[in-house]
Amino acid sequence: MTIDTIAGTAVELNDEGFLVDPSQWTEAMAVELARRDGIDPLTDRHWQVIRFMRRQYEDTGSGPNVRMLGKTSGIPTKELYQLFPKGPAKTAAKVAGIPKPRGCI
Amino acid sequence: MMVGDGKWRQRSRMDRIVVLGGGTGGTIAANRLRRAYREDEVSITVVDQDDRHLYQPGLLFVPFGLAHAEDLVRPRGRQLQRGIEYVVDPIDHVELERRCVHLEEGRELPYDVLVVATGAVLAPEETDGLTGDGWMEKVFTFYDLDGAQALAERLELFDEGRLVVNVVEMPIKCPVAPLEFCFLADWYFRQRNVRDRVEIAFVTPLDGAFTKPVASRRLGGMLEERGIELVTEFDTGEVDGVGGKLVSYDERAVRFDLAVVVPVHNGSAYVARSPGLGDPLGFVPTDEHTLQSTVSPDVFALGDAANVPTSKAGSVTHFEGEVLVENVRRFLAGQPLDASYDGHANCFIETGFSKAMLIDFNYDTEPLPGRFPSSVGLPLMKESHLNHLGKLLFQWFYWHTLLPGRDIPGVHSAMPMSGKDWRLVPTEEVSAS
Repeated sequence: MTIDTIAGTAVELNDEGFLVDPSQWTEAMAVELARRDGIDPLTDRHWQVIRFMRRQYEDTGSGPNVRMLGKTSGIPTKELYQLFPKGPAKTAAKVAGIPKPRGCI
Repeated sequence: MMVGDGKWRQRSRMDRIVVLGGGTGGTIAANRLRRAYREDEVSITVVDQDDRHLYQPGLLFVPFGLAHAEDLVRPRGRQLQRGIEYVVDPIDHVELERRCVHLEEGRELPYDVLVVATGAVLAPEETDGLTGDGWMEKVFTFYDLDGAQALAERLELFDEGRLVVNVVEMPIKCPVAPLEFCFLADWYFRQRNVRDRVEIAFVTPLDGAFTKPVASRRLGGMLEERGIELVTEFDTGEVDGVGGKLVSYDERAVRFDLAVVVPVHNGSAYVARSPGLGDPLGFVPTDEHTLQSTVSPDVFALGDAANVPTSKAGSVTHFEGEVLVENVRRFLAGQPLDASYDGHANCFIETGFSKAMLIDFNYDTEPLPGRFPSSVGLPLMKESHLNHLGKLLFQWFYWHTLLPGRDIPGVHSAMPMSGKDWRLVPTEEVSAS
């Protein structure tokens, strides 16, 4: 775990760069977190996914996996990979400041 | 029940328990419930769309000629004890507010407790191209009986080229089965003296051979020893049966002459037709410790139908059965539930050459070496002939001990720690997709 300054605020990040406390997240942090993963700038479509991830987390306590995201976010799976090339569920969760979607076994 | 118990006095009629699904979970739950209640206390009805109970662990062996379809299927109704009503009729939908199950033929089944055990269904049509040209010719699955039998015929003729085993996306039933398929394929082609002309590749969306670190390293090593290529973090976007390639969403391609694909899984279709019952994939949101659904307190779920974060596997369903039945009993008696299911899973991994490996784990403890269920038991995380015999014997236990809802001696719902070696617990974590 490390303390890092993102968009002017000191926050705790886990070993994979996910925010430890999702309530500290701000939209300004999303811009900075996305840039660190090579996504710059954040388009409206990115924001649609990020806001969807936040809502899902608030409603269910965890972020959706890729297929659920493709079925429910209104953005087709193919485009999700174009927006977040390193894996939409994982990267969008990181940018949205929520925990990594719980792995399936 | 004692006279003076308020619940007993209020009860003007029998409680009705309806179990959806006559597979592993539904059969175990119904049989255990039947023993927990007298027939004049509670009625139990099981519903399924057909009367064919498939021993799913046997599917793995069919493509290699090691098991035959007729030996894997028995009538569902015959696995249920006396005093359980068995209805063969597809489910149309569940009406949570009215506590009522609607069947396709028009019959309605009102319930006081609903147990959802309708498993997972394959959805190959959700992957572009998978069921297009080449399906059941160059592209197969062994996750259903028709596919496994068709693949057996194809494998017999396959003595040269590139075999690719692909998991499209997690979660899938029995997550070790695709690896077992690779190990058995290696054995199969060696037996036929053509292994040097056949390439085998395992293509997975995970970042290793398996999800849990110690097992992932061990199984990854076993692929390497057998000369099986491992392609990781591959999210299959398209299967091109004619061109013979898998294409990932990030536009990598894996070539094949023969592809064995495990399609994505959904919950049963009626779940999507039942307002409020399932998540977007058709699995029932369920408390991972009590097995009570989070959609309605009178709905419980077990096995592959539930969205709990453990393997979709028969052993899991068996261990869940014990906790589920206790909690249904407590719910009907108005008592607090017992939050004791720990995610315990236990799998034999067939590794070829009449050997198998055993792994045992739960929500918090990954598979570890040692012995199961205690220090004098079967070897864990190690290939052995004894485990292979265990895997073969298991089919007998399945029909005669597991489904009737009896306990296997020495094997309990809670994961045992006594025979395990703690020292190998690593600090890093392997991430899942």
